[in-house]
Amino acid sequence: MVQKTKVLSGKNSKSRLEKHHIEDLIGRSYMSFCVLLLIVAIVSMVYFVMSKGLSTFAVNKVSVSEFLFGTTWSPEGDNPSYGAFPFIAGSFVTTLLAALIASPLSICAALFMTEIVPGWGKKLLQPVIELLSGIPSVVYGFVGLSVIVPFLRNVFPGQGIGVAAGALVLSVMILPTITSVAADALSALPNNLKESSYALGATRWQTIARVVLPTTMPAIMTGVVLGMARAFGEALAVQMVIGNAPFIPKSLFESASTLTSVITLSMGNTTMGSPQNNALWSMALVLMLMTFLFVFVVRLLEKRRAIR
Amino acid sequence: MKAKTADKIATVVIVTFALLIVAVLAGLLGYILFRGVSHISWDFLTSVPQKIRAGGGIGPQLFNSLFLLVLTLIITVPLGLGAGIYMAEYARPGRITDFIRLIVEVLSSFPSIVVGLFGLLLIVNIFGLGFSLVSGALALTVFNLPLMVRITEQAFRSVPTQQKEAGFALGLSKWKIVTTVLFPVALPAIITGTILSAGRVFGEAAALMFTAGMSSPRLDFTNWNPLSSNSPLNPFRPAETLAVHIWKINSEGLAPDATQIAAGASAVLVIMVLLFNLAARFFGRFIYRKLTASRRMN
Repeated sequence: MVQKTKVLSGKNSKSRLEKHHIEDLIGRSYMSFCVLLLIVAIVSMVYFVMSKGLSTFAVNKVSVSEFLFGTTWSPEGDNPSYGAFPFIAGSFVTTLLAALIASPLSICAALFMTEIVPGWGKKLLQPVIELLSGIPSVVYGFVGLSVIVPFLRNVFPGQGIGVAAGALVLSVMILPTITSVAADALSALPNNLKESSYALGATRWQTIARVVLPTTMPAIMTGVVLGMARAFGEALAVQMVIGNAPFIPKSLFESASTLTSVITLSMGNTTMGSPQNNALWSMALVLMLMTFLFVFVVRLLEKRRAIR
Repeated sequence: MKAKTADKIATVVIVTFALLIVAVLAGLLGYILFRGVSHISWDFLTSVPQKIRAGGGIGPQLFNSLFLLVLTLIITVPLGLGAGIYMAEYARPGRITDFIRLIVEVLSSFPSIVVGLFGLLLIVNIFGLGFSLVSGALALTVFNLPLMVRITEQAFRSVPTQQKEAGFALGLSKWKIVTTVLFPVALPAIITGTILSAGRVFGEAAALMFTAGMSSPRLDFTNWNPLSSNSPLNPFRPAETLAVHIWKINSEGLAPDATQIAAGASAVLVIMVLLFNLAARFFGRFIYRKLTASRRMN
């Protein structure tokens, strides 16, 4: 009797083991499939955007320097030229301006949440940040079009639409990104650093300016770069308020274009494979390369943080 | 004395800027809701948009947005869970894992318009799916999958290791531990994250312009056969979503009441996003209470 149960349980445990092995195997292969899919997605994306984007230079014989630095964009003219410099400049100018406006605000908000009033400050700002990041970009565009543009038109010279309007809309959009990264970095700072500064008799501002901000700078910069990446790739909100003129703007209140706004507007009106269509793909390629660059910079900054 | 004045000035500046952000949000929400809510009515939510005449609604667009969201979640949730669990529990630190992490990072920071173009080329043209809900859902998958992976990975990583060790001590296989010990604990965080990401997908427009299309066929809401061309459930029909519609009427709207429609539609979109936010909080807590013995989420 005793022997019999032993044999039975031995048999059972063996089959149970096998069942577990099979389950394990199925689970593992399913997960590998999911991961493989991610890899396939990115590889095919890079491949297709590259092949399309490079055909401007390979098939249509537009020189790289003409595309990157040429200032006239007239793909439909008698003597078509594909200079994308106005759009590249527009993208960079709006992104930098947005970062310049949003960074100080975000850093202050993060300091408010972590250093000044950690209790209710966080309770107040956390939902605000979450909600701001949840508002869809077209809504930002709509508000920009119906509030910021008329305001700029009344106060400053020009039509209101233009670089300044684009940068303002973008700056509100990237506020949450920078703030949440900065707040995470600030609250991860070991307390003894601050305490020793206070022990030396430093005021709160001295502590923030000489101890807290310098030590968390790489992490805060990560947030700024992530925000810039978002601003650089944002399409519709900018397109709605920037005016979309294919020129290099001479003032902040002149209308301009960004890479994304040109793609948004023109992609639907061109036929696949035409030189103009290929030039738009080259702009998408520039956007993609910039994404790689942003990710690379973020990684560099994170490495610097790790060494510290 | 000087240091103290500097401290006071800095505090005032920081507090002002922080409150300015709160004011910006309050102003934004107030403006959108104030302008839009008066235009929202049952008729506005259900009727078809008008091209040139006034009085158009957003019925099909609203339905398309919700349907597309469901389709996207059906595709992304299982895939994201799989890859996320792999990253959290199975991946060994090394070059391959680093590479996958890099991919997730790059994919999630890709501009949505590039994802849209990729969808236009590969899904719409090469796969021949045309401007359709399926194309849109697949493009959104590219966009949403890295998010899901990250959410799942973080949720699994935040489960206390003792729980895993207890499972091992009982002699369970790894897969059993993942599915029966870790998954229930991680589920509330996953659900919260999924609903939040759904809110983002709901407002996405740039990736959908070139994949789901910018038009909606005449829908017959009494026809529930998913294969007929005017059925709302047909996944192979073009579908303009609410966010794309807002963009379209703002940039090329011809109807005389285009701004009111844009305001109303924006208000609907924002209210939906707010609802997603609330639902995320509520469901996360509710399910945590259901699945575990403790009453509160940390």
